Amino acid sequence: MSDPKIEGFELEKGFRGMAKDTGSDQTMFKGVHWGKAMMWIFLLSDTFVFSCFLIAYMKGRASTPAEWPNPSEVFALDAFGVPVPLLLIALMTFVLITSSGTMALAVKYGYERNRKMCGYLILATALGGLTFVGMQAYEWSKLIHEGVRPWENPFGAAQFGSFFFMITGFHGTHVSIGVIFLFIYCYKVFAGHYEEGKRGWFTKMKGDYVEVEILGLYWHFVDLVWVFIFAFFYLW
Amino acid sequence: MSEEYENKSGYQAQSSETISGSSSGITPDMDYVRPAENAEQDLYHPHSFIEKWVFCQDAKVIGVQYFLTAVFTGVVGLILSWLMRLQLGFPGLAGFITAEHYYQFVTMHGMIMVVYFLTALFLGGFGNYLIPLMVGARDMVFPYVNMLSFWMFFVAVAVLMASFFVPGGPTGAGWTLYPPQTILEGTPGHGYGILLMLISLALFVIGFTMGGLNYMITILQARTRGMTLMRMPLTVWGIFTATVLAMLAFPALLVSSIMMTLDKLLGTSFFMPTILKAGEVLEYGGGSPILFQHLFWFFGHPEVYIVALPAFGIVSDLISVHARKNIFGYRMMVWAIVGIGALSFFVWAHHMYVSGMNPWFGFFFASTTLIIAVPTAMKVYNWILTLWRGNIRINTVMLWCLGFIVTFVNGGITGIFLGNVSVDVPLSDTYFVVAHFHMVMGIAPLMVIMGAIYHWFPLVAGKMLNENLGKWHFWTTFLGAYSIYFPMHYLGFIGVPRRYYEMYDSPYMTSGVGLNEFISTAAFIVGAAQLILVFNIIKTMKTGKKAGQNPWKANSLEWFTSTVPPEHGNFGDRLPVVHRWPYDFNVPGAEEDYLPQTAAPSEVAHTEVEKT
Repeated sequence: MSDPKIEGFELEKGFRGMAKDTGSDQTMFKGVHWGKAMMWIFLLSDTFVFSCFLIAYMKGRASTPAEWPNPSEVFALDAFGVPVPLLLIALMTFVLITSSGTMALAVKYGYERNRKMCGYLILATALGGLTFVGMQAYEWSKLIHEGVRPWENPFGAAQFGSFFFMITGFHGTHVSIGVIFLFIYCYKVFAGHYEEGKRGWFTKMKGDYVEVEILGLYWHFVDLVWVFIFAFFYLW
Repeated sequence: MSEEYENKSGYQAQSSETISGSSSGITPDMDYVRPAENAEQDLYHPHSFIEKWVFCQDAKVIGVQYFLTAVFTGVVGLILSWLMRLQLGFPGLAGFITAEHYYQFVTMHGMIMVVYFLTALFLGGFGNYLIPLMVGARDMVFPYVNMLSFWMFFVAVAVLMASFFVPGGPTGAGWTLYPPQTILEGTPGHGYGILLMLISLALFVIGFTMGGLNYMITILQARTRGMTLMRMPLTVWGIFTATVLAMLAFPALLVSSIMMTLDKLLGTSFFMPTILKAGEVLEYGGGSPILFQHLFWFFGHPEVYIVALPAFGIVSDLISVHARKNIFGYRMMVWAIVGIGALSFFVWAHHMYVSGMNPWFGFFFASTTLIIAVPTAMKVYNWILTLWRGNIRINTVMLWCLGFIVTFVNGGITGIFLGNVSVDVPLSDTYFVVAHFHMVMGIAPLMVIMGAIYHWFPLVAGKMLNENLGKWHFWTTFLGAYSIYFPMHYLGFIGVPRRYYEMYDSPYMTSGVGLNEFISTAAFIVGAAQLILVFNIIKTMKTGKKAGQNPWKANSLEWFTSTVPPEHGNFGDRLPVVHRWPYDFNVPGAEEDYLPQTAAPSEVAHTEVEKT
């Protein structure tokens, strides 16, 4: 990647300048790694997937004739004998957001070629993700014990269970895939693959610390989606 | 960095690191092209037969793989259409076609042709083959992912085809798969058939996403030196915009597939309202069937343009090359493609005028539908103005292009009829609709595919297809296709409903019976006429004349590869450097009637080329 800036070159003002810059020679996003551009566009596409899910959820919730369960009762957790609304979910959200922070630090240390710190932070992120998935599994099993099923639930509209399991399940799948990749990348960082430019097992392409950043983009996206799911399921 | 000058020979492919030493400025400033921004691509060359031809990472081989797989599904779709026409034209003649079979044929024909044939052929086939060549890249940017994309598509096709052989057969719910009937008893294939269909669609979306990311990033980030966006051939613009649409529209299909799979398997009620069956209330309740229609058509309408936009792009290039004239209004064409792509996300509910949605929706969607006709009409005018006073060569490729313009205008005009709510309501679910969409997104893109095959076969195989056979192929297909679909407009006007197994003695059919027999006969002939192309290809591979480099005297980069057909890496040692758009035909003052994109200004200093 060369420096995209050109000495003494001034961009035209306004829309015309923007169009010229966008359509200019060779690359649209100057100096942006191919993989990074790919991840951004994939995330845009994935945003549409989650948007479709959430819009379907809104439509389903609005049009079902049965009453919607009260989230602060359904999602309450007994702490020392007292039901605390949204306790588990607050913990889950905290863990996931924290793992986003460790991921961001891992990217920073990766670019600084601090192999060990980068590796430990990726490991921490992976463990955070694993904790999240574990707590989600606990939440699912709790709801299932209480009789909530995809096709029915004792608290009201059957669509509650359907949408809840489908959307959190789809998000949980995203997190799990992310965790798997985090462990792989953790291994690659500790083994020094990115520093010696070792070729990948499948793709036969040389790796670079930019891959950590690309995985980071995915991880932050998964966190961001969780914020929306949190708002739509637990706060609405 | 500002003193980089381009070598007079017009080729330089070093990475930015190696050329920062500046070559000693022999050539004048006018040939200056910015130094390379991307390092030379790291390519993995195949080491075995399997790596070279099966799990190949070369976009050209993947393109051919996509093409052949898509053509295979297309042949299945064609045979299904024959069986349907056999039943419609001559009811009862083939006793094995029951009503259930007929619905299964309708469904599978529709889904195969739209998704597995046209989409895969244009984006997977032509996209893979042409994008890297046309933008001057060595390969797609993620060759391994590209390979996975094809094999995911292959698995999707295998799953789809498997549904022909499961108990109950493939789904017969119509290609739109509307719930609730899709997964209820009484619909053919409501068991395994629909499940395999939904799984196959989900796999297709996953596979396409991997391919689509490749197409987009290759076009956006891996163009060769001098290749600005506004110097790209319109083929690339069409495929690019279609890919963007696909990346944003397929999510809706994926989501609706997942939700319907859950409705089917787990008994959720996303799309299922309370239903009485034979006096008994089913387990389902509280869902919204209209929600599925919205999700489906949010995918389904952009899908029309996913098929149409690559066809628009390709036909623009073919017309320009074979009329020896620059494309009229290139920028307008680009903006029209982008505009149509953007608008296509705001018209979906015009498929749902009779679904019972709020009438104000119809008002809004009729308006947007008519607005989208504006950029589309601009494109048609521009094609005609490109032909106007051009040095037209009436060869096979040009014939297909002209055939495209005629069928597309025909289908477009009936589209304006159907876009208006008040006209659509009486016409919906009649043969008028069948005629409309077959003309506009069946026959018209198919004409382009055929033209593109005749145009690019010399590049892919290195030999020229036979012109006489090509003309026979064109005229039987064109006249035959018109014989099939033109009378259908009339059938629609007299009220013949579509998707009916048999009309029996209904009063609609007083004048329709003979017409139906005629249509069916034409359909058999047109389908069989495609064998001319197969024969032509076999004959050409055996005895055809060698094409050599650039047989059509075209300008775009795919004709300037180091070898014909191009090998892995496309351009030999050095990537081409681009100095102009691909439409410099018959430039005043030039010796030849074309200037390749690689011709440097100093080489053709005496010509009157406008700056692009």
